[in-house]
Amino acid sequence: MAMNVETLMFYLLSAMAVLAALQVITSRNPVHAALFLVLTFFSMAGVWLLLEAEFLALALILVYVGAVMVLFLFVVMMLDINLERLRVGFWKWFPFAAVLAVVLLVEMVMVLGSAKTAGTGMTGGTGAHVITHAANYSNTKELGRLIYTEYVYAFELAAVLLLVAIIAAIALTHRHRAGTKSQVHAAQIQVKRNDRVRLVSVTSVAKAETAKK
Amino acid sequence: MSYLSTLTPASAEIFLLVMACVILIVDLFVVNQQKTPTYLLVQFTLMGLAFITLMTHQQGAVHLFHNMFVSDLMSDVLKMVSYLTVSIILVYSRSYLLTRGLFTGEFMVLTLFTLLGMMVMISASHFISMYMGLEVMSLSLYALVALQRDSATATEAAMKYFILGALASGLLLYGMSMLYGATGTLDVAGVSTAIKHGVANPALLVFGLVFVVAGLAFKLGAVPFHMWVPDVYQGAPTPMVMLIGSAPKFAAFAFLMRMLVDGLQPLMGHWSNMLIILAVLSMALGNISAIAQTNIKRMLAYSSIAHIGFFLLGILSGGIDGYSSAMFYIMVYVLMSLGAFGMITLLSHEGYEADTLDAFKGLNQRSPWLAFIMLLLMFSMAGVPPTAGFYAKFSVLESIVNTGHIELAVFAVLLSLVGAYYYLRIVKLMYFDAPESHEPIRIQPDTGLLISLNGLSVLALGMLPSWLMSVCAVSVQQSLLLR
Repeated sequence: MAMNVETLMFYLLSAMAVLAALQVITSRNPVHAALFLVLTFFSMAGVWLLLEAEFLALALILVYVGAVMVLFLFVVMMLDINLERLRVGFWKWFPFAAVLAVVLLVEMVMVLGSAKTAGTGMTGGTGAHVITHAANYSNTKELGRLIYTEYVYAFELAAVLLLVAIIAAIALTHRHRAGTKSQVHAAQIQVKRNDRVRLVSVTSVAKAETAKK
Repeated sequence: MSYLSTLTPASAEIFLLVMACVILIVDLFVVNQQKTPTYLLVQFTLMGLAFITLMTHQQGAVHLFHNMFVSDLMSDVLKMVSYLTVSIILVYSRSYLLTRGLFTGEFMVLTLFTLLGMMVMISASHFISMYMGLEVMSLSLYALVALQRDSATATEAAMKYFILGALASGLLLYGMSMLYGATGTLDVAGVSTAIKHGVANPALLVFGLVFVVAGLAFKLGAVPFHMWVPDVYQGAPTPMVMLIGSAPKFAAFAFLMRMLVDGLQPLMGHWSNMLIILAVLSMALGNISAIAQTNIKRMLAYSSIAHIGFFLLGILSGGIDGYSSAMFYIMVYVLMSLGAFGMITLLSHEGYEADTLDAFKGLNQRSPWLAFIMLLLMFSMAGVPPTAGFYAKFSVLESIVNTGHIELAVFAVLLSLVGAYYYLRIVKLMYFDAPESHEPIRIQPDTGLLISLNGLSVLALGMLPSWLMSVCAVSVQQSLLLR
């Protein structure tokens, strides 16, 4: 019976994910699209929970929904995106794209459909089966163990990738442009009195005049 | 044996990563506008890499990091030529970038990270490390193209390169996930054994294969996935184009060898048919479109598409002959394109880009020696004996004829004849037309020496190709999983 609830949850969450993903690419308002992407992430996190990948599910929500998507929404709201200009030429190419998409879809259905009829499904052929874990199984611990042993090379490379991303972002955005105003702390500290204060000797005409009176 | 000493085969990668980080910090303290200390440090790093790769070379294939990393003769040879290529690019691009204010520490560090990505790809024997290497390389290249922020064309080129590159990565990943679904493993050797033992679902395998080949074709710039190539070549700064069009081809060759030849050898019937389509279309479209170009960078872009088609012929003909001829071809192609783009950077000066065909008019009157070098390079690209390009084309054709695809060989020769037109047109412009400007060409001594060596090596390789050919043959033979 428990199995049935899980299967039901899986289909429910998957359907929600697919529908929300469709809305992401079809909705006219970019803010709505971003919010639907959040919903997609939530449903996928649910699917991962069903797979007993609790850490990844939480990380998906914390990192993607909590940080990345909020930032993304912020940027989308800040930008004034002209949707009409983005859609220029869309209908001109639509028939061509639609034909291609239909051909691709039919091909995919044919290939995957024939795979099912052949009796060897996605996992059936490889003899892979779902492993059931004990109640005290820690997904986080297992993930950590794998990352630092079997996948340490890929993990380090991911770190290199992030470093490259940081360097690229700084190299592309941090530069001196003419006309921008910014503080130069070194110049502020090194300033001399002579640079700012000018002593002017003013002849005391006023005093002389009062003396006359 | 301690854990660190087991890492010896990967010490070149580790050294490069450490040095790239060191250079990143050292560069902050370099006040010199010419960035000479950073530049020398980068060149020293490349020499150190070559030394380490020579020293750590071992017989046979050494696997590391749970089969994610492999070091064999092919990977060492390809890494050595990659170091050489990156070093040559830095020499050529130095004065070009200095006059445009782009010769920064970031440029050099990103170039080193591109090299690191290529090295990871060259030594990858696992889908994850292949993909990670590809991403490290691509991300650095996107940033390098975008580095010239004030140029609208460079920004446009960077956007196109980035978006289509991301799409290609997506296709590749989707294909890899399908292969994983079919075989249950991401390890190249594991995939190959799973297919051989018949546990994998054949329909799903071919389905994944289509996406993998499409993703690779995007990265290689083969027709019909070539759209980004001309725009990126034309828009990006010339040194970046030199980098995109040269060393990554070695990494792509290793990628193809490990992915298709080692991992998916049992599906060769399927992928060689796909490669035939890609090769024929690339040669046709590349050679014919190049005729209409007036911008030499754009012309070289179409020429690179045509050359990729020829290179794919070598891969699809299979066997040690086919693979080694493809490896030889790609090495010769990189040498030629380095020379051609190097010539563009030499003829450009402050405020002037020598990227039109008109820039080459009457070059013989301005500098007979440079014109002669360009003549050698163009002859080699066209495949005129006795240059290296002739021998490269010849060995690919030989292997394709041996597999019985005579019609493909005839087609390739006919399209090479078409291609000869636009290469020889440059020779005609240089020798028989009047120059547009009589401005003297100022060349730094190091770049002058290098371009001479580059041009003459094309000639020398054409005269004595057998040693490089045998290096390619031995390295391919030693690295093949299925003999």
